[in-house]
Amino acid sequence: MQISINGRPRELDVDVDTPLLWALRDDLGLTGTKFGCGIAQCGACTVLIDGNPVRSCVTPVSALEGRDVVTIEAVSGPEAEAVQKAWVGLDVPQCGYCQSGQIMSAIGLLKIEPKPDDQAINDAMAGNICRCATYPKIRAAIHAAAKTLEG
Amino acid sequence: MNLHIPQLTAGPITSRRNVLKGFGGLLLATYVPMQGFAQEAGAQKPAALTPNAFVRIGRDDTVTILSKHIEFGQGPWTGLATLVAEELDADWSQIRVEHAPGDAKLYANLAMGAQLTGGSTAIANSYEQMRRTGAAARAMLVAAAADAWKVPAGEIRVSKGVISHASGKSSGFGAFAEAAARMPIPQDVKLKDPSTFTLIGTDLPKPDSFAKSHGQAQFTIDLRDPDMVVALVARPDKFGARATSFDDSAARAVKGYLRSAIVPQGVVVFAKATYPAMKARAALKIEWDESKAHALGTQAIVADYRELAKKPGKVAEARGTPLDKISAGGARVVEHEFVFPYLAHAPMETLDAVVKFDGKTAACHFGSQGPTIDQAAIATTLGIAPENVSIDVALAGGSFGRRATAGGDFAAEAAACAKAFGENVPVKLLWTREDDLRGGFYRPLYVHRMRGTVEQDGSISAWHHTIVGQSIMGGTPFEKMMVKDGIDTTSVEGASDMPYRVSDFQCDLHSPTLGVPVLWWRSVGHTHTGFAVEAFLDMLLEKAGKDPIEGRLALLDPKAREVGVLQAVAKLAQWRGRKAGDRGYGVAVHKSFDTYVAQIAEVMRGDDGAPKVTHVWCAVDCGVAVNPNIIRAQMEGGIGFGLGHALFASLDLDDSGKVVQTNFDTYRALRIGDMPKVHVVILPSGEKPTGVGEPGVPPIGPAVANAWRALTGEAVAQLPFVRGGTA
Repeated sequence: MQISINGRPRELDVDVDTPLLWALRDDLGLTGTKFGCGIAQCGACTVLIDGNPVRSCVTPVSALEGRDVVTIEAVSGPEAEAVQKAWVGLDVPQCGYCQSGQIMSAIGLLKIEPKPDDQAINDAMAGNICRCATYPKIRAAIHAAAKTLEG
Repeated sequence: MNLHIPQLTAGPITSRRNVLKGFGGLLLATYVPMQGFAQEAGAQKPAALTPNAFVRIGRDDTVTILSKHIEFGQGPWTGLATLVAEELDADWSQIRVEHAPGDAKLYANLAMGAQLTGGSTAIANSYEQMRRTGAAARAMLVAAAADAWKVPAGEIRVSKGVISHASGKSSGFGAFAEAAARMPIPQDVKLKDPSTFTLIGTDLPKPDSFAKSHGQAQFTIDLRDPDMVVALVARPDKFGARATSFDDSAARAVKGYLRSAIVPQGVVVFAKATYPAMKARAALKIEWDESKAHALGTQAIVADYRELAKKPGKVAEARGTPLDKISAGGARVVEHEFVFPYLAHAPMETLDAVVKFDGKTAACHFGSQGPTIDQAAIATTLGIAPENVSIDVALAGGSFGRRATAGGDFAAEAAACAKAFGENVPVKLLWTREDDLRGGFYRPLYVHRMRGTVEQDGSISAWHHTIVGQSIMGGTPFEKMMVKDGIDTTSVEGASDMPYRVSDFQCDLHSPTLGVPVLWWRSVGHTHTGFAVEAFLDMLLEKAGKDPIEGRLALLDPKAREVGVLQAVAKLAQWRGRKAGDRGYGVAVHKSFDTYVAQIAEVMRGDDGAPKVTHVWCAVDCGVAVNPNIIRAQMEGGIGFGLGHALFASLDLDDSGKVVQTNFDTYRALRIGDMPKVHVVILPSGEKPTGVGEPGVPPIGPAVANAWRALTGEAVAQLPFVRGGTA
């Protein structure tokens, strides 16, 4: 089957029930998207589908026809730039394993809410676990990115 | 800043150890991949000073530091590089970091004699070694420049990566790297006076932040190879059960499934990719022998422990006659019991390892926290010598202690899988989250029984502390070192040596044996002893009518370093007492791994009736603060980790001994909305630096418990605060 990944059509030779996460990682070599729980509880596998953050570990490739998937490797645009710049500037990551998912969720948030308050951040980021508890820096980085976007 | 991470995207896995052997002979050699490595290091004796093993300087001026400690978030890449760069007078922008491979001769933890990251020792054991490394490299660059410029070495300056002389001559490091490599290794280098540090003590950007913020950092799970096979192990429901037979007829229908085999840990399923391996594993039918399996539930264990706690155990520390004083009457006796659950580490990256075994040698690549242990475990499993096992250390997605076990459990398992597959291809073992939470190696379950007396004048006259729980070190190779006269020091650390001056004191221990595998967990014994001591002391002080801060200070030796952090945190939080309106305030102070941390928590009653922690103030004394930004981050992270478990986490066994919580839906983790605002102050100090990876954890639980008691009058008796909670 064929799905659109990072702006181009990709051919996949996998069972249709295969979660997008494993198609990305094992079949397309896009390993920036991470496995953390397999049941949409931790958010490490978050990608953007049609611009919205989605947990790829429970999204079968069969559900992706006509949809546009963007992963951490190719995410772009003003929100992505602002978020990633803030993430590096504030040294958000500790172990770093969850951060691809955190960043994708943060980008998704800023796309719909350019100036989120703390509660909006809590709501949007509630699905992303960081066992290192980098949460204060994640919050600060989202606020910093929002400020950058303000211009 | 670029990361240099060994790539494994194509071609066979090669042993980087051999590559580094060659590199070892070339001090400061020009770094040209695959060319500069021809020379063998055999002639080079492993002197106390071996800067060549830690630093290489490229023609392009880059300075690459090889970190002997694994980076999984606690910051050794930045820390070790800071120490080298400081004495080398390098510019931070030219610094690169990568992991050193498994080689205990070169990369031992000087506090342990083996290559192992743990005990919050990375900076403490490296502080002089890495600085000497940088200073030696600097001296050799200077010698080479002096030679070329024909000026006395003493007239040459080095600053921010530039070598210069008053005559106007000036150069980067790269131009002299080759010449410097021919200079003798200085045996005695002078280290800087700390007052002249330019990098140590400043906030330096972390070299791994960019890659980790762009999906480019490579973890073990990300390693790829055209021939790679994925291995998942089907595990028993109960600890100690063994697979006797399996039927894979249904699994054979899964596209990409290869085969299965019995290994000591269960039945390994091999497939061409991860998802087929998962599907095939689910389709296996397995017969288990549970005759020797653990079959006791949490409730029964707690009941047994409570009975045990009624009698004194083996005495770890005693002075005076506390038991007599408690039973004598006269003084007010306070008694309390704490129950601490089993806890899983649950690092975000589940356990994984890649092993390629050709029948004689094993090339391994994974986030090995203890390469020396893992090499031995892999060698034993494969029936080869440890020197025939190479380990390339990968970044790991957290550990909290889980990636180091005394027997190298998952390294041995990965080796068993590679052996069972029987072909010379990379075999990647992956654990799922269910494997992780059901897989044992938990922070042990403990029951603490505390009794103390408060005299009429408010003084605390007697303290009796009985601890019941499995020994972490017993039955492991660490037993000899860590278990003395039947007392596992990691069961009583922080309790038997608690800092308060109580004249009549006893701390004793029962160490029942159970079939549940247990392990050190971020801050080890301090995870529960710190809680018990600080929460119980707070109850005694309340009974005595004393302020929690003043009361603690009065019980401490005025010279104790706990005093400094207590005073600092009280100032930072503008401490005004235990309660204000709808907020309770609690304090706790605890030393672990020679670092002193005091925290004050502000707690209110949340909408769900459970504690809601709004602010935490934290003061830390860890000696010289090498990387203040990392110290602050580790305090924040330690607070979040400790808080999340104290509030929500419990790993329970049902009545048959099966694990109840198998994923993050029931093993509840702290989420962003649960995280308080954290305020950190680092005490200025000239003492040698001590660790920060673990010491932020112990005080937060009791600080919250004390605040909650101040607010509600309820003294917590069992963790977590919120039981049976789901995400």
